Amino acid sequence: MAIPMKLRASNGEIKILVSHPSENGLRKDAKSGQVIPAHFIKNAVVAVNGKTVMDASWGGGMSKDPYLAFKVRGMKAGDKVTASVEDNTGDKGSAEAVAG
Amino acid sequence: MNATRRQVLKGAASAGLVGAAVAAGLLQPGQALADWNSAGFNATKAADALAAIGAGSAVDSKDITVKAPDIAENGAVVPVEVTTTLPNVESIAILSEKNTNPLVSQYTLTDFDGFLSTRIKMGATANVRAVVKAGGKYYTAAKEVKVTVGGCGG
Repeated sequence: MAIPMKLRASNGEIKILVSHPSENGLRKDAKSGQVIPAHFIKNAVVAVNGKTVMDASWGGGMSKDPYLAFKVRGMKAGDKVTASVEDNTGDKGSAEAVAG
Repeated sequence: MNATRRQVLKGAASAGLVGAAVAAGLLQPGQALADWNSAGFNATKAADALAAIGAGSAVDSKDITVKAPDIAENGAVVPVEVTTTLPNVESIAILSEKNTNPLVSQYTLTDFDGFLSTRIKMGATANVRAVVKAGGKYYTAAKEVKVTVGGCGG
């Protein structure tokens, strides 16, 4: 199942927002009392014109709908920015943007 | 099936994220993804998590600022900003020291321009710690965040 995500890149800053429950495997379902299994994004990779600028390992401690913004040197308007994520079940998502 | 479509599907199915990213032109072949540090992410003590990521002797640095709220309204979503003037930043790790699993995220970075912002869960009042590897050495700074309603669920 593809993981939805948004990617924005402008003025030297890249932002990603991933739609994902980010369950850490510690929470119990209120009704059943059962532990909700861990389900979180494990890896996120961002590249500018094919060059990896960020390679992240995430755990269940990231908030629901993981958000990340970071500044990168040398990104110019028109550069092609790509982002890919993969979660602990093997589901993946990706997005592309043109830097502004 | 057209050859390009077959190649993309083959890459996506067989080689996992790297294969899919390479096949889709997102990564140059040969760039490996950072391995997920199980020892680090599964550690239940901050000191063990730091040791697992090689940062056991990180030195305090005034060149790193961790910005986070004094009091977290919602322990499930705590905004954290890390800024640093250290040159040659190679990686950043973020820990919430009293979480069941203190290591929250690790970033391997290229051309990093001194600013990173994210949102993390906090289980209890604790230091939010950033560990920055720059020029081959580890530096660290932290900010205490008071948490009234914990966001980890454990």
